[in-house]
Amino acid sequence: MNSMGHESNQLGLVIGGSISQGVEVRLKDSKLIEETKIGTFVTINGAHSKFFGTITDLRLDTTDNKFSSSVSSDSRSLIEVISGISTYSVATIMPSLNIDSAFLTPQPSKSLPQHFSVAFRASNEDVAEVFGNEDERHIWIGSPLDMEDAHVCLNLEEFVKRSNAVFGKSGTGKSFLTRILLAGILQRQVATNLIFDMHNEYGWESSSETGYSAKGLKQLFGSRVSIFTLDGSSASTRGLKYDVDAKIGFNEIEPEDIAILGTTLNITELGIQSCYALADYFKNDSSPWILKFLDLTSEELHELAETLRENTNTLEALRRRLSQLKRFDFMVEKSSGKGIATEILEHLLDNRHVVLEFGKHGDNVNAYLLVANLITRRIHEEYRKKTESAMAGNEELPSPLVITIEEAHRFLNSGLANQTIFGTIAREMRKYRVTLLIVDQRPSGIDEEILSQIGTRVVCQLDNDRDIDAVLTGAPGARNLRNILSRLESIQQSLMFGHAMPMPVVVRTRNYDNDFYSDITLPGFGNINKKDLFG
Amino acid sequence: MESLQKNSRFGEVIESSIEILKGQCHTLYNCPPLGSLVRIGDSVFGVINGINTGSIDPSRGVIARGQNLDTEDQIYEDHPQLEQLMRTIVNISVIGFREGTIVHQYLPPLPPRIHSFIHLCSSNEIREFMTSVDFLVLLLRSNDRVIDDVIAATIKQALPSFEDPRAFLLNAARYISSQLPTDVSRVSTIIKRLPMDEWL
Repeated sequence: MNSMGHESNQLGLVIGGSISQGVEVRLKDSKLIEETKIGTFVTINGAHSKFFGTITDLRLDTTDNKFSSSVSSDSRSLIEVISGISTYSVATIMPSLNIDSAFLTPQPSKSLPQHFSVAFRASNEDVAEVFGNEDERHIWIGSPLDMEDAHVCLNLEEFVKRSNAVFGKSGTGKSFLTRILLAGILQRQVATNLIFDMHNEYGWESSSETGYSAKGLKQLFGSRVSIFTLDGSSASTRGLKYDVDAKIGFNEIEPEDIAILGTTLNITELGIQSCYALADYFKNDSSPWILKFLDLTSEELHELAETLRENTNTLEALRRRLSQLKRFDFMVEKSSGKGIATEILEHLLDNRHVVLEFGKHGDNVNAYLLVANLITRRIHEEYRKKTESAMAGNEELPSPLVITIEEAHRFLNSGLANQTIFGTIAREMRKYRVTLLIVDQRPSGIDEEILSQIGTRVVCQLDNDRDIDAVLTGAPGARNLRNILSRLESIQQSLMFGHAMPMPVVVRTRNYDNDFYSDITLPGFGNINKKDLFG
Repeated sequence: MESLQKNSRFGEVIESSIEILKGQCHTLYNCPPLGSLVRIGDSVFGVINGINTGSIDPSRGVIARGQNLDTEDQIYEDHPQLEQLMRTIVNISVIGFREGTIVHQYLPPLPPRIHSFIHLCSSNEIREFMTSVDFLVLLLRSNDRVIDDVIAATIKQALPSFEDPRAFLLNAARYISSQLPTDVSRVSTIIKRLPMDEWL
């Protein structure tokens, strides 16, 4: 157990509290209240164990209600005398972990420190004791509130065991945080990444809102990252290299892929049912069923409707909607070679990380939904087969796969969560070694069941109350976390909690800059002295 | 009348109890001011909480003598016997005692003997006795009507003896506030009697 905290870091004494409401600490000096922030990481030295917690509330209190009416602003000396004694400040601390002599590592806290235990601001050593040091499993992601020198490290091995999420409204630093997480996973080789890069920001350089440019994964890791693009011409115009100009054949589209486009393409439930019938009807045909269907003349459509006992109007409407797919220039009649999903899969199984750039199609929700779902469904299927075969002892387990999706509320809303492959992946956790990294700004749009399955949540500032409620779904101590969450700063600050975090913590994300680039690309996992290398 | 020197003997005990003493000054009017820390005999400490001057003989009250004189001093010059017929009595609240080298800020096991000499404490003694302000609790608990003035006077009298009077003043005031958590008006009364503006 760590020795006593430093005197100057002393916050105050425990004067009461409960497991459900948190521990109340009277601040030793009433002036401290102005420097103490909600979300601050603290330790409490109990008689037999040391507790780690977070400040979740601050309160001004008096011993006598008469103080509020009988003291005026000109009673300066009286105020000086009674402050801290008759009028005092209380911080509510939610203890999350404790260490006692029986356990050498922090355990989830099931007890409270005794009365008048001393509370301290956590030291750098305390942070390291809880979050570990940077090593082959842990990556430094930022610092706790007001502790620039302390490193909060995330255990990536634990992180990739569940589906995770990065939430926050736009402009809060979500994509920088995501880049740090992805780069960490890549460097530590704890999993393989498949990134559906809607806004072309993960593969190559992109610029931040403040104007400076941020390196992409391809620049940091070179050949270990393969870039697939759906928009080769735009990539060439931007002067960016890509590994594969991805085309999707109409023959790869199955009725299930159309089903998830129902809402966005405005296809009715009947229309979707017809897709299954159509696919079945044209299954022996050499050209893809969609193209066959779209090429029918009006008469042929009528005949087909009669044969299939479908409503002609339904089929006509369906045809109008589906014809939109022909406008995507990444769609071809037949995929060349093995098809895009197989090609991506081969890269993944070869431990190459894949970024699928959408180029100009990033703004088209239908394109994103269609492609992400189509590819993921096939890859998941392959991983399922491989895992099952490995369980039977026939082959080695594939390396875990992390699929990053943006605008996740479009895949995982309550209407679609049961239909899309992403809902399945989120629910079955790591059974088949595939997990999700959800990046989203509207968590309230995501199905509650899926939300409750998310392992680690990284939450940047959210304005909407419903979004805040949503990210706290199923989190212990949600009421207290809510207080912290609603007071996050608008940029580079996030609350992290859940499976891979020993306790909830407010983190100022580390800068995504040259220091990070060298930490992530040089051997030594950030512990190397750069001066030794560069002089 | 010369002013009383610190660490000087000025009277002796004429009525004794554990918590309250009555002392007579050797010289008429020659007593330390309200709130002064005094030592009775070698070991008991108290503070002056009242001063009273009158006739020695309760059956022979003092009469007015200055009708045809110009100044008050002339009365004493014309009647030198007055200094023998009147006396100054101090009331002392006991607030602690010394046992060997240790100072206790609570009541002694036995009261001082009658005729014990009373000394005005030196600055050294004040600093030694008042290293802690726990003695204030004995005064705060008193039912005396004027005790708040006595408390304020005690703190004020001790201030010049300290190297850091501000720290002592603040410490004492905060102690009082901590002892009276639900009595803001009393805290305020005492603080108003302290030279806070001078030091804070």
